[in-house]
Amino acid sequence: MFLRLLSDVRWQATHPKWRRMTCSRRSTSSTAEPAPVPLPAEAQVVICGGGIMGTSVAYHLSKMGWKDVVLLEQGRLAAGTTRFSAGIVSTARHLSVELKMADYSNKLYQQLEQETGVSTGYVKTGSISLAQTQDRLISLKRIASSLNVMGIPCEIITPKQVAQLHPLINIHDLVGAMYVPEDALVSSANVSLALATAASRNGVQIHERTSVSHVSIQKGRVTGVETDRGQIKCQYFVNCAGQWAYELGHSGKEPVHIPLHACEHFYLLTHPLKEPLASNLPTIVDPDGRIYIRNWQGGILSGGFEKNPKPLFTEGRNQLEIQNLQEDWDHFEPLLSALLRRMPDLEALQIMQLVNCPESFTPDMRCIMGESPTVRGYFVLAGMNSAGISYGGGAGKYLAEWMVNGYPSENVWPLDLKRFGTLQSSRTFLRHRVMEVMPLMCDLKVPRWDFQTGRQLRTSPLYDRLDAQGARWMEKHGFERVKYFVPPGTDLLDLEQSKTFYKPDWFDIVGSEVKCCKEAVCVIDMSSFTKFEISSTGDEALENLQYLFSNDLDVPVGHVVHTGMLNEKGGYENDCSIARLSKRSFFMISPTDQQVHCWTWLKNRLPDDSNLTLEDVTWKYTALNLIGPRAVDVLSELSYAPMTPEHFPSLFCKEMSVGYANGIRVMSITHTGEPGFVLYIPIEYALHVYNEVMNMGQKYGIRNAGYYALRSLRIEKFFAFWGQDLDAFTTPMECGREFQVKLEKGTEFIGQEALLEQKQNGVYKRFTMFILEDHDTDTDLWPWWGEPIFRNGRYVGKTTSSAYSYTLERHVCLGFVHHFDEKTGEELVVTADFINNGDYAIDIAGQRFQAKAKLYPFSSLFTQRRRKDEEELSGYQRE
Amino acid sequence: MPAPAHLFPLIRNCEISRICSTVCYCHHKHLCCLSSHFAHSHFRCAPQKKFAALYRPKENFNHFIHARDYTSTPQRFYLTPPQVNSILKANEYSFKVPEFDGKNVSSVLGFDSNQLPANAPIEDRRSAATCLQTRGMLLGVFDGHAGCACAQAVSERLFYYIAVSLLPHETLLEIENAVESGRALLPILQWHKHPNDYFSKEASKLYFNSLRTYWQELIDLNSGETTDVKEALVNAFKRLDNDISLEAQVGDPNSFLNYLVLRVAFSGATACVAHVDGVDLHVANTGDSRAVLGVQEEDGSWSAVNLSYDHNAQNEHEVKRVRKEHPKSEEKNVVKQDRLLGLLMPFRAFGDVKFKWSIDLQKRVIESGPDQLNDNEYTKFIPPNYHTPPYLTAEPEVIHHKLRPQDKFLILATDGLWETMHRQDVARIVGEYLTGVHHQQPIAVGGYKVTLGQMHGLLAERRARISSVFEDQNAATHLIRHAVGNNEFGTVDHDRLSKMLSLPEELARMYRDDITIIVVQFNSHVIGACQNGEL
Repeated sequence: MFLRLLSDVRWQATHPKWRRMTCSRRSTSSTAEPAPVPLPAEAQVVICGGGIMGTSVAYHLSKMGWKDVVLLEQGRLAAGTTRFSAGIVSTARHLSVELKMADYSNKLYQQLEQETGVSTGYVKTGSISLAQTQDRLISLKRIASSLNVMGIPCEIITPKQVAQLHPLINIHDLVGAMYVPEDALVSSANVSLALATAASRNGVQIHERTSVSHVSIQKGRVTGVETDRGQIKCQYFVNCAGQWAYELGHSGKEPVHIPLHACEHFYLLTHPLKEPLASNLPTIVDPDGRIYIRNWQGGILSGGFEKNPKPLFTEGRNQLEIQNLQEDWDHFEPLLSALLRRMPDLEALQIMQLVNCPESFTPDMRCIMGESPTVRGYFVLAGMNSAGISYGGGAGKYLAEWMVNGYPSENVWPLDLKRFGTLQSSRTFLRHRVMEVMPLMCDLKVPRWDFQTGRQLRTSPLYDRLDAQGARWMEKHGFERVKYFVPPGTDLLDLEQSKTFYKPDWFDIVGSEVKCCKEAVCVIDMSSFTKFEISSTGDEALENLQYLFSNDLDVPVGHVVHTGMLNEKGGYENDCSIARLSKRSFFMISPTDQQVHCWTWLKNRLPDDSNLTLEDVTWKYTALNLIGPRAVDVLSELSYAPMTPEHFPSLFCKEMSVGYANGIRVMSITHTGEPGFVLYIPIEYALHVYNEVMNMGQKYGIRNAGYYALRSLRIEKFFAFWGQDLDAFTTPMECGREFQVKLEKGTEFIGQEALLEQKQNGVYKRFTMFILEDHDTDTDLWPWWGEPIFRNGRYVGKTTSSAYSYTLERHVCLGFVHHFDEKTGEELVVTADFINNGDYAIDIAGQRFQAKAKLYPFSSLFTQRRRKDEEELSGYQRE
Repeated sequence: MPAPAHLFPLIRNCEISRICSTVCYCHHKHLCCLSSHFAHSHFRCAPQKKFAALYRPKENFNHFIHARDYTSTPQRFYLTPPQVNSILKANEYSFKVPEFDGKNVSSVLGFDSNQLPANAPIEDRRSAATCLQTRGMLLGVFDGHAGCACAQAVSERLFYYIAVSLLPHETLLEIENAVESGRALLPILQWHKHPNDYFSKEASKLYFNSLRTYWQELIDLNSGETTDVKEALVNAFKRLDNDISLEAQVGDPNSFLNYLVLRVAFSGATACVAHVDGVDLHVANTGDSRAVLGVQEEDGSWSAVNLSYDHNAQNEHEVKRVRKEHPKSEEKNVVKQDRLLGLLMPFRAFGDVKFKWSIDLQKRVIESGPDQLNDNEYTKFIPPNYHTPPYLTAEPEVIHHKLRPQDKFLILATDGLWETMHRQDVARIVGEYLTGVHHQQPIAVGGYKVTLGQMHGLLAERRARISSVFEDQNAATHLIRHAVGNNEFGTVDHDRLSKMLSLPEELARMYRDDITIIVVQFNSHVIGACQNGEL
């Protein structure tokens, strides 16, 4: 009954046209059932799922001119999670792309009623996020900084101001709050129906009560869709099946892994108050109490994200069960307590219902968007982590752009389906991980946070050895990597207590690891990096790689080349090091999370040629990174080969023996700008080589180190990392890496034109290094990433990564500087002069710190200038 | 759909007042005076604690009022949860039986026992022991009245009488020869005792001699037949009661012992004893303690099966039996106001020679007895309408039960438990406790009018109920927590627990009786294997 009230479905009457097209919606009441409209035999796009996502994709596709679209819904439109949604449109998001999606959605929904004539229930209520602790307030201030530079009104307010905005709130335990006045409430089902209405006016065909059994795939491409009402041939399929997306992905012969899992999600509906609440009363989010509260028909709607979620449908179920989920009051008890603590006056308010609606969650709390890595034309938009309404508009727009233009207008890598592989698709993994993810919705988001579930999946053969030596681990793409080594006798804080926005407890530990890298030698296990081998019988490998990569790969055998794998716009799809092992074979090292993306990119672009082989050898090698001035000595003693720069120059690769083990690929790169080598060791030799290195290294003061030390080293050297600093919207020109592009290498390559144009016209953003000036490492908030950069008091961009430089004894932030026209806001060319002549400040949670901008690293501060990178860098500098 | 009444703890705050208003009935069930007239004429003296069992209800009430007078206001002592726990757990005891002790596989996993005093000192006793010369385990609860002396003696001695009754002829001979030649005795029982469970050292020689006389008679009688457990239990009960009676008649040169045996004989005790040997479970019961078997049904729910009959006025067979044993003329007076001779609640008991001896014998023993006995109003008092003694017997009713795999546990408890809780609830609470599964009815609001505050209160209680399970490591403690702390929703209410446990000594007995519980857990695997003839 209440569902009726909630969705307030009125679209049937107002849109008779559409009613004709859809099959009987009233099958239960009317006996004379009109025959359903037959399915078309063919369509360009078939969308599965009539919730907010499916209708939004259909809406945006049709707006962009793709009209041959069919939307299939197994039940009724907006009948799944969408119908049960709380209808809160909130722009307070941590991730910039999520923030942009939510902002777009808000603006879209606001005008949707006018556009379609369908009432959406849109009310601009604003939202108040409460902070019970100082840490929470810092977290809110960080979001507020992001919102403000995006032009979204937002302010940090005092508890007293909270009380003025909302009459029922108990403010005694609050330290502050964030007020976002433009956040809104909608009727989620009606928004979905409005989008469907607009789409169908644009020519999209909508068929309810039609379920997709599987997607037909031929030669790795979508060819059609099998439904319970027949087949539709199509070029594109969009899986917007929400919590059923995983099952649908696995229904065909070639599975598409969509890692999401449903959890029960509860919210409470009450009868109206004696004095009914105003419909424009702000929505309250109390993350410390794990609850949200909105006004609902004069009463309230309040739900939350409990600490002990109940995952469900692990084995997969049919859709009907969503209707019959049990209310679980005992489970809801902590949230009810939090609600009554926040609004004590509600004690006498009468309960209407406790709603149990399943929500789908993903392994990293971010939604899943994009094309399947294995099946071309198979797109996915699902896994909204309970923010489907907030993201619905923006996500649908980005996916439509992706399909129509080949790429969305924003960097969506954080949401890309290809960030996952098959390894995140285990049901057990998903079940365990979502039980951690759901409580995280309300947990404090602090820097350097690692998931605790689904761990120890991929490990190096040295895992146990390193663990026994005090290694603390983080996880990337399922692979365990060392953060740092806790020396014996040192106690660090336990996980929960170590959460901080300030100086972390491992500060001195990493400091000593960095020192050792600078002065002696350290070993870092870097086995997680993605490693491919590309070889051919003829020259195909070289020819193709020359086309796919921007740097010149036609180098003598044994040389290593740093190069970008660029897209047509010159942006980085991948940033890698490629060693030429022989005339016809290449060894390619990419970041860990590139395993799926890079593979797909290469597979889709390499010719289907039996002479050309691409192999993923990630699992075959253990990589040990020997960093430091004494690495030379350790290695030459172990191999009885001279390793000095004269014999083993920088960016060089050679197979040699280390200890008893033969066939170790030694490369003179360290990914940090420090001297040293990376050893690629066939895994069965890993333990032997590690032992040999550690034994031999003892007299040179060798020690283990972790990724935090590596990170500090590379950031103080101004090394950009793909996935953090570099993305598909960043070109080599924009980050001072022109030297890695050979525009005149004699062959064409992807992105060449765009880069040529950029070279002529200049760049519109520039990767810059900032050294914080008046920042006290011990007492001030630490930068993380995503902090706004101000030049002469005006916003010019955001940071992408930061670290404490133990050499400079200062914080270093890396980020992009734009040049917005002061009047029009238009983006202008960024010149070196523009960068150099400005006073900069970095905004950390609302507090601005003076920063010095630099376009080149402090080469003079660091040891020898013998690395090729730097010679090239300095050469570039002279230009 | 649960009843709406279960949804709203509307009367949570007025519980204690309700309890107070309903306490006018007498909890001193075992002994109670016949008529107000009689009581007034004979019992004006200030009651002594140990023999304070003979008030009539009205006086009881007066006493209560009186107590209130000098404490000025009914004081409410609030106990914190840890204080409550320390009271509840003071007497708890657990014993785990090794599944295979080198000789036998045991069908008993172990037992939990506990007692909560209401009388000061407590008049309940408990015993548990493993038979060493025969197979099997003995467990028993003993509810004393008119003092604890008899219950104490029975708890010390009864199992020896049972064990001896069960012993084969050769073993008896062996033991007798050992005693004769001053050699070390074969141990007969291995006791499992809580540190607070004591044996009286002074009487051990006397008790031993009586026991030795018993086994000597058994040796002389040598029937040659293998001993039947049922018969052995009956014989042991009767023999012990007989010995208690004889010892009191004969007396002892030691004045302390002399007084002791008289106190034992003049006080009384019921006994409920279980003997478990493999799948054979025998329960011998005398009086109104009770043995209940916890059975798990196929659907996982719990049901209770009685393994004893209460010997009191609620048991028609008992009433008939007692009436039949006495002339028609006494029919009206033998059972009066649901009590034996209008005085005693249990219809069978150890001791209580006032209901067994002739008036002459009673007078003679008292007169020749020590002064303390002579000065005591209770002992001197002869029950009214006392014409054809004995009116009371210690002979037990024995029920034999073949254990099945679905029989998960046995609860032996004194009437202090059974008068507060129904056996079905007891079985469910213990069953859920032992399996760790809690069949809480889910709450559904449905069409009822419930406010957020009411729901919040209800949920908090339900959570407390679950958490109370995890507080207890002992099933008997858990049961006592429920027996004392349950509110009208069947959940443990801390406030109520706190109030019940903080009652002053002189008031405690009015709200509750001594509670003694033994929960024996069975090993279903062993029982299943026994059934299939594998063992």
